[in-house]
Amino acid sequence: MTGVGTHDGALERLKRDGRIVVVGASLAGLRAAETMREKGFAGSLTMIGDEPYEPYDRPPLSKQVLLGHAVADRTALPRRRAIDADWHLGVPATGLDMAARRVRLGNGDEVEYDRLLIATGVRARPWPNEEEGALEGVFVLRTRDDAEGLQRALAAGPRRVLVIGAGFTGSEIASACRERGLDVTVAERGAAPLVGALGGVIGEVAAEMHREHGVDLRTGVMVTGLEGGPAGRVRAAHLSDGSTVEADVVVVSLGAQRNTEWLAGSGLGAGPRGIACDAGCRAFDIRGIVTDDIYVAGDVARSPHALFGYQFLSLEHWGNAVAQADTAAHNMLSESSDRRPHLWVPAFWSSQFGVNIKSVGVPPMGTEILFTQGSRAERRFAAVYGYQGRVIAAVTFDQCRWLQFYEQQIETTAPFPPPFSTVDRRPEGNKPVPADFPDPSVPTHGPTITLSGYSPADRKMTFTPARH
Amino acid sequence: MTQDILREIIDYSNRADPYPLYEELRKTPVFHNGNGGPYVVSTYYEIQSLLHDPRISSDARNLKAAGDDPLGRSEEEGTTLPPSFLKLDPPDHDRLRRMTNRPFGPPHSPHRVHDMLGELGGLVSGLIEGIATTGNLDRIDLVDQFAYPFPVSVICRLLGVPREDEPRFHVWAETLAASLDPDPDADPAQHGKGAVDARMELGMYLAGLVEERRKDPGDDMLSQLATADGPDGSMTTMEVLSTSALLLIAGHETTVNLITNGMLTLLRHPEVLQRLREDPSLSVPIVEELLRYEPPVQLLPQRSTLSEIEVAGVTLPKGASLWLVLASGNRDPKRFENPDRFDPDRRDIQHLGLGSGIHSCFGAPLARQEAQLALSELARRLENPRLLEDPPPYRKNAVLRGPRHLPVACDAIRP
Ligand SMILES: Cc1cc2nc3c(=O)[nH]c(=O)nc-3n(C[C@H](O)[C@H](O)[C@H](O)COP(=O)(O)OP(=O)(O)OC[C@H]3O[C@@H](n4cnc5c(N)ncnc54)[C@H](O)[C@@H]3O)c2cc1C
Repeated sequence: MTGVGTHDGALERLKRDGRIVVVGASLAGLRAAETMREKGFAGSLTMIGDEPYEPYDRPPLSKQVLLGHAVADRTALPRRRAIDADWHLGVPATGLDMAARRVRLGNGDEVEYDRLLIATGVRARPWPNEEEGALEGVFVLRTRDDAEGLQRALAAGPRRVLVIGAGFTGSEIASACRERGLDVTVAERGAAPLVGALGGVIGEVAAEMHREHGVDLRTGVMVTGLEGGPAGRVRAAHLSDGSTVEADVVVVSLGAQRNTEWLAGSGLGAGPRGIACDAGCRAFDIRGIVTDDIYVAGDVARSPHALFGYQFLSLEHWGNAVAQADTAAHNMLSESSDRRPHLWVPAFWSSQFGVNIKSVGVPPMGTEILFTQGSRAERRFAAVYGYQGRVIAAVTFDQCRWLQFYEQQIETTAPFPPPFSTVDRRPEGNKPVPADFPDPSVPTHGPTITLSGYSPADRKMTFTPARH
Repeated sequence: MTQDILREIIDYSNRADPYPLYEELRKTPVFHNGNGGPYVVSTYYEIQSLLHDPRISSDARNLKAAGDDPLGRSEEEGTTLPPSFLKLDPPDHDRLRRMTNRPFGPPHSPHRVHDMLGELGGLVSGLIEGIATTGNLDRIDLVDQFAYPFPVSVICRLLGVPREDEPRFHVWAETLAASLDPDPDADPAQHGKGAVDARMELGMYLAGLVEERRKDPGDDMLSQLATADGPDGSMTTMEVLSTSALLLIAGHETTVNLITNGMLTLLRHPEVLQRLREDPSLSVPIVEELLRYEPPVQLLPQRSTLSEIEVAGVTLPKGASLWLVLASGNRDPKRFENPDRFDPDRRDIQHLGLGSGIHSCFGAPLARQEAQLALSELARRLENPRLLEDPPPYRKNAVLRGPRHLPVACDAIRP
């Protein structure tokens, strides 16, 4: 065995000639690999990614790329340093043998590891009806190829685009369509765009934004079916209110699913809600026991956070992928006493309809909201979310320079409502109102933060009490 | 800590090297002399967080006792101009800054600064040619002959001041700038009166220009400020005037010192100067490190608290006057390794030299561009430059700190 364990010198051996395998060659995977090399890892490093491309950046895909301002194949992630890795691109990992420390690949190869990092992220939730989803003109948006296809379809000048789901991605797509002068309808099951992520009060602001920019926004409705024309091209969509929308491009933007199926049966605590790990990024197995050689980072991970009641958080946030990758890489190469917890304060940005939206903390935990600065009517404001008398999150619309302050408020569990006055406090900022999050059991487009309770492992187990 | 440390910082005899005083100050991150003076914050993290704290106001009207404000003072005294956005809080600040930014930077004018590059290059060459033709290379004053005239010309071009009026503009700018430095030898009445006159004349001149540009707009900032009618509406003439006065004063007072401090530092670090001569692109990290090591704005003296705030264990009362000593935060060993070392190879360099938060330096992209170009060209063209006085004579001003003259000699001026 090559240098795993806690006995003397094992760590040095691992760093010198150990084998580290990273599954998921995107943001988290690349950043972790860079950090490992930076920390002096000199052994063999294998990067496994099912996409055929070198790691690239996703946020521009729903923004600059859809506007035609950037080309999808030019969004490669900048390299901070050479990582000298053995790349397996275009090949998925298909299985994991935890006992033999081996990853199985789709092409039949097997790779052995001393330490494994799983960063397989999420994928777009597809349209539930497979046949309808396969119609030409129906898109999802997660990958470079998706973005390229969609941008081409938009450039062709469709008569109408239908976006199903008004989360961040769906709203950004609608915004890009309007900027390109395309007619667009947005259908959202919830009461407003962004409600899952930011609640109904902010959702209403978002709804105004859509409508003012000429989006045909339909809320409280579901798309019940897609209809194709004779050539197998999408032609129309049927809505639960009985109406029909004629569209030749349909973008399904219903949130994400974790890429964990390849771990089924491996014994790792991986399931539809992600891979549970401890604060140090070490994965749990299905018995709730932490592993010592398997680490997780990025969108696929869910880990407990002290600031948020030790709830297990899954975050689909760029910054989280970077920070968690860094922590995982550090811990993979450290003695247990030198390990660091990943206690990043969740932070997310979006840009739509010319407005820069940022949030920190966990808005969906908030029960109340207060506009502390600026004005809701002008759509330039900072608002904080309260939970049990403390500040739990904040959101800004075109006011991001104040965000750092609100982050500190969250980190120091500052009282809510804030007892102080600030610059630019308007009358509407004097009283908290209910934040108006939908009942979490009612599905929306899928928030970018999932609070998933306390259980480290998803898989159901039969508990058989020991018999005497 | 001595009760008089603030007086010592202001004291001219410490102007050449205030850094030991800042080090002393940092021992008490929030210093207050106990008798109504300002609360002085000198450590990096505390300053950084106060710059993002919405409980802090930049509106001078919130200060009980108006503090000394060398950056903004000149534009209001003796005139009826409304305060520039430097001295306003949101939402007024945001609105004016946004409108000023429309013709200046991204997203609406992403090319403005970049497009000026050629012009900046021409100005720099012209000034260096001027030094060459005076013939006296045994004693060049880099301030009077270079660092002073350069930024004023840049502001003229930016605002669209016609070439033939530039000389008049230079005189007004110089008079106003001089009034920021109290001159103990001058007759105070005369001294002040010159500035008031200059301000009046400059204001009338700009007002005339605004009228002309409204009728016949060009591609310059003044035309666009005067005629813009965006989502925020349009600026009143008074707002255009106070904004352009701000651009003039803040834009040029700081750049002079950035360039002069820069040359002084390079002459004290000949190995870095040599590297810059061989590789002009090194000017980018050099200017960044300069903004940390010798920032032109040493402290922000005009902020106040809107609420009671706790900082580093000290409770600042509501309505307190605050000094944020940026130059001290930049040398805080808790933030930067070897903070007193000038090291252009430093990788982690998030300095406070341009401020931070909503009032962070508006002209930063232009200032950087000017300084990078000026320093790399001086390094390239001055043959064997030598410092004739070290330290050189400094300006009076403790806030906008920099040498008043920078006498150097060189062997030749390269083509
Ligand atoms: C269109 C879009 C816009 C976004 N905008 C923002 C934004 O504005 N702000 C923000 O904070 N975040 C944004 N995000 C989210 C952000 O991009 C993600 O949080 C980030 O990409 C997560 O990185 P990751 O490495 O964890 O996962 P991913 O980037 O999803 O990478 C996982 C990789 O693993 C691969 N993989 C999956 N399974 C396997 C397998 N079995 N074998 C091998 N490889 C596998 C996947 O194909 C993928 O390449 C956006 C995302 C998208 C899609």
